[in-house]
Amino acid sequence: MITIIDYGVGNMNAFVNVYKRVNVPVKIAKTAVDLEGAQKIILPGVGHFDHAMAELIKSGMREKLDELVLVKKVPVIGICVGMQMMGNSSDEGKLEGLKWIDASIKKFDETKIQQVTRLPHMGWNDVHPVISNPLFEGLEKEALFYFLHSYYFECNNTADILATSEYGGEFTCAAHHENVYGIQFHPEKSHHYGETLLHNFAKL
Amino acid sequence: MLRPRIIPSLLIHDNGLVKTVNFKNPKYVGDPINAVKIFNEKAVDELAVFDIDATVLGKEPNYSLIERLASQSMMPLCYGGGVKTVEQAQRIFSLGIEKIALSSAVLQYPKLITEISDRVGAQSVIVVLDVKKKLLGGYEVYTHNGKKATGINPFKFVEEAQKLGAGEIVINSIDKDGVMKGYDLDLIAKVREKISLPMTVLGGAGSLQDIEKVIDQHGVIGVAAGSLFVFKGPYKAVLINYPTQLEKNMIFKINE
Repeated sequence: MITIIDYGVGNMNAFVNVYKRVNVPVKIAKTAVDLEGAQKIILPGVGHFDHAMAELIKSGMREKLDELVLVKKVPVIGICVGMQMMGNSSDEGKLEGLKWIDASIKKFDETKIQQVTRLPHMGWNDVHPVISNPLFEGLEKEALFYFLHSYYFECNNTADILATSEYGGEFTCAAHHENVYGIQFHPEKSHHYGETLLHNFAKL
Repeated sequence: MLRPRIIPSLLIHDNGLVKTVNFKNPKYVGDPINAVKIFNEKAVDELAVFDIDATVLGKEPNYSLIERLASQSMMPLCYGGGVKTVEQAQRIFSLGIEKIALSSAVLQYPKLITEISDRVGAQSVIVVLDVKKKLLGGYEVYTHNGKKATGINPFKFVEEAQKLGAGEIVINSIDKDGVMKGYDLDLIAKVREKISLPMTVLGGAGSLQDIEKVIDQHGVIGVAAGSLFVFKGPYKAVLINYPTQLEKNMIFKINE
């Protein structure tokens, strides 16, 4: 069973549809009570960092999530801004992050991007796993994922880096610390590559 | 390496999928949900769906159809047609659409770009300009399926749209629509030099070589096509098609 956090930010339907295709049951959580007994958690997110953080706090789920993730060590994966929220802070906003992974969210340096279109980093890009992890099983070679973002996740501990991608230099596009996973790209919109990754998460 | 995007563009008319020539004579080509399923299998980079009735008939977007399209789509989906307010944009976004295309509403009231991008994030706000050559030179933006001239200069408007917070610009050539003899490369180059936003071009693709020409000139860009991906052969038989990963790598000059 996968529990998807619905705090009004991000596209739940896309995840529900992926898991329907691979026959994994899904539950949508809108309140702290809904989170009770969660075994695997997805934290989606799009748009502005502060808006996403504020909405998560407003939903009343933050304390329960902290308990599940930090104390009970329930596996959790943050997607796009959901990943960025797992860091300490972001260049994009003023609010503090969840601090589940020791990382700072930085804006891409536009001067290093050698093309007319600089930001956002939008489209399909290669993802290179840097360590072996079950999340990327079957995706070690030639995996392409859909990205849409202008800020990236900079790990303070290189041991937390799971995969990198290239845009005006190398950046971390997947990170993990113990039971906490974050991915910058959108597996829910990345065809069979994304389906494989989300299915891998369900099997962790 | 970040790839250019090759994007099938689908038109919806009377709840069916159609293809036009010069924005006229819509020809029925199939069922939209079925088309999304086939494009899923072909692993397309992105899909754009435009409801060509909504603005002309002054109708609300067809939310139930949009929801069914979005729930089928395993790739990023752009919807356009009849979106006039922040509330409509938000509702469409909540149905699972990644990108919302705006045209006639923002040409009348450009600040709507800012209002919507403040609410849903700039990356999701796409400004679509239907552009036609003027008789005495230059280009003009049209709305209502190419029937209403606006007097707006597309090169000036894209700069304004960028300033107001648009996330992407789509340039659609009315003159080239459905003709399948290549893109208006001159128009594309002129718009490209005005903006640093992501940009997608539409209108005129008759072959993968036409797409390759745009990518050779502009690198990372969105290249959209309608007829090319729904018709096959000299008699334009309806057959949904799309380049394979190998063909795309050749177009992008990637050796793997």
